[in-house]
Amino acid sequence: MPQPAEPAGGGRPPAVYGERLAPAVFILPAVLVVLAMSIFPLIVSLYLSLSRFKLAKGGFTVDFIGTLNFQKLLVGSQQFHLLGKLVPLSPVAWAWVALVALAALWPAISGLRRGAGWGFVVGRLVIATGLVAIALLFGATASEGGQFGSLGVTLIYVFGGVTVQYLIGLGLAFLCAQKLAGRRLFRVVFFIPMMITPVGIAYTFRMLTDTTKGPFAPFWQLAGLGDFAWAATAWGARIAVMIGDAWQWIPFMFIVLLASLEAQPVDEVEAAMVDGASRWQVFRYLTFPAILPVSVTLVLIRMIEAFKIVDLPNVLTNGGPGIASESLTLHAFMAWRALDLGGSAAIAYILLFVVTFFCVSFATLTRRAGVAA
Amino acid sequence: MRATRRMRAIDEPTPLGKAVSYVLLGIWTIVVLFPLYWVSITAFKVPIDVNDGPFYLPFIDFQPALDAWQYLFGTMLADTLRPYLNTVIVAICSSVIAVAIGTMAAYALVRLTYRPRVGAILGFVLCVILAILGVALVGVPWPVALACGLALFALLLYGLGRRFRRALGNDDIAFWMVSQRILPPVTVVVPVYVVFQHLGLLDTRTSLVITYVAVNIPIVVWLMRDFLMGIPLELEESAMIDGASRYRIFWSIVLPLSTPGLAATFILVLIMAWNEYLLALFLSSANAQTLPILIAAQNATRGPQWWSMSVLIIVMIVPVVLLAIALERFISRGLLIGAVKG
Repeated sequence: MPQPAEPAGGGRPPAVYGERLAPAVFILPAVLVVLAMSIFPLIVSLYLSLSRFKLAKGGFTVDFIGTLNFQKLLVGSQQFHLLGKLVPLSPVAWAWVALVALAALWPAISGLRRGAGWGFVVGRLVIATGLVAIALLFGATASEGGQFGSLGVTLIYVFGGVTVQYLIGLGLAFLCAQKLAGRRLFRVVFFIPMMITPVGIAYTFRMLTDTTKGPFAPFWQLAGLGDFAWAATAWGARIAVMIGDAWQWIPFMFIVLLASLEAQPVDEVEAAMVDGASRWQVFRYLTFPAILPVSVTLVLIRMIEAFKIVDLPNVLTNGGPGIASESLTLHAFMAWRALDLGGSAAIAYILLFVVTFFCVSFATLTRRAGVAA
Repeated sequence: MRATRRMRAIDEPTPLGKAVSYVLLGIWTIVVLFPLYWVSITAFKVPIDVNDGPFYLPFIDFQPALDAWQYLFGTMLADTLRPYLNTVIVAICSSVIAVAIGTMAAYALVRLTYRPRVGAILGFVLCVILAILGVALVGVPWPVALACGLALFALLLYGLGRRFRRALGNDDIAFWMVSQRILPPVTVVVPVYVVFQHLGLLDTRTSLVITYVAVNIPIVVWLMRDFLMGIPLELEESAMIDGASRYRIFWSIVLPLSTPGLAATFILVLIMAWNEYLLALFLSSANAQTLPILIAAQNATRGPQWWSMSVLIIVMIVPVVLLAIALERFISRGLLIGAVKG
């Protein structure tokens, strides 16, 4: 393992000098790598997103065009691709938007009533605005005649996927935390999918879901769905991607939740049960508060990673049918492949903005839960 | 003795609960293992066995054959081995470097004190922006722009930096590093691509190693920081009184004590690098191609080659799965430490 060069033996002065430099020696490699590989490209990317990239003789030219790339994506010719096909909201959609708005505004209102500071209220209002905007987007694309764009699809993957993964992971963790013979074997087996490359998972699930040659073909035939091509329907493709993703990442939820359940002191639970608490009460008042902070972090980590999903939709469905299962990262990759570097960078920046918004909102809204427990 | 038996009786599941638990666990075991089983048997099928409909049991339904294996490791040996070697080299090198650099930074953030000035940071960002604009708009050659930017930054640091007294602390640096994980790779990959192209590093293992190190450092810092916080300070203090240098303390005291954390972190980072897809897709083509890309490429002009794919998937996942099974306890504990404190 490469280590910081130890000052060569002997010679006092170099040793003292080396000691004074120690803080820099320890941290500089990491800082430099992150600066060179994240911050610098981030700034360049911002510039690219504001320019048009053209192949020219012997190279390429980059022309500054302002926010045209973003305009194209948000209101222009590429709107259907990013945001989806927007239609007037149906009454159901309006009701749903109102519901989200109410829920989103609640922290701000309760903050006002408690007399919290202005910073608090403004922060919650910003979060609420973002959530309502997302709700409106979903309302406008999910109504009759609308169509999801890559932003909506990514959000479906993130929220649908993470919820399912957390719930199943938690259920499995509870099952495995019991005193059962052979639970060591179960936990090792359940752990395996996390190690498998998403590309491999994507192909495996393509084999499994094949309705004519896959292992479940007889069942498909029996159900009269022999020629049903799931990959040709929008929701079939999306659900296939989500199942693949869940198969891979439930182990992550499971393994950490199990470790945290096992870290819970046994005497507490036993004392409660001796006192006659029901299983539900034990869960509600002892176990759940104990695993809450871990759960919050887990969901946050998974959310961050889920926003980056690309391998599964790319290999499993190639983003299709049409753009129905295309995630934002895949969208950016497609734009890059079409040599639209400016557009690709703009999509990537929108993704960065959305990820940051959701992570910061989630961290803000759950901070109290995480600290209190 | 009686006491323990009584307690067991209380939180031991009832027979019915036990049965239900086993059924559910059994179902999930099948959900996990069946896809793997299907891949394994597909690897031993010849095309006709795949295309003529589902066959489930080797020797009964169909005759296992080694055709796909012979094709990939005989005829196409060079084309299979190179990506495999690339993946092994890139994953191991990048993980070793990322763990080394990240652990050093994590140690520094736990034990040393940093007070970076806000003014200096803003000045630095400003200089980077100016340098980039210089290259992009005026067409200054990039080495010149880099030199000018650095010189300007040094000037700013001496001239203005001291006026802004506001400083950040260790936690801010740690947060900044860990938050890099939020950054979607696709946001930075295009400039990285252009830079590697300029340096002539495109489609080399070096470029992949550098990129993976950068991607994985946040994870290392995040996990190792929490681990290192748990190491008692007294040992280090007594070593310091005995006159050991920081480097010596880090090398001879801290590293040996943090072996479990290092192992867990290393495995996680290794798996990340082993399975990485998007960056390899952008940065490599024929020469530095890694296994995930090779597998994706099996969906070639003749339609998906399920049998070859299955063979490749198997040879790709066997090493990491074995590693994971062997070190499962380490990894789950390492992840838990991260999730509790993170």
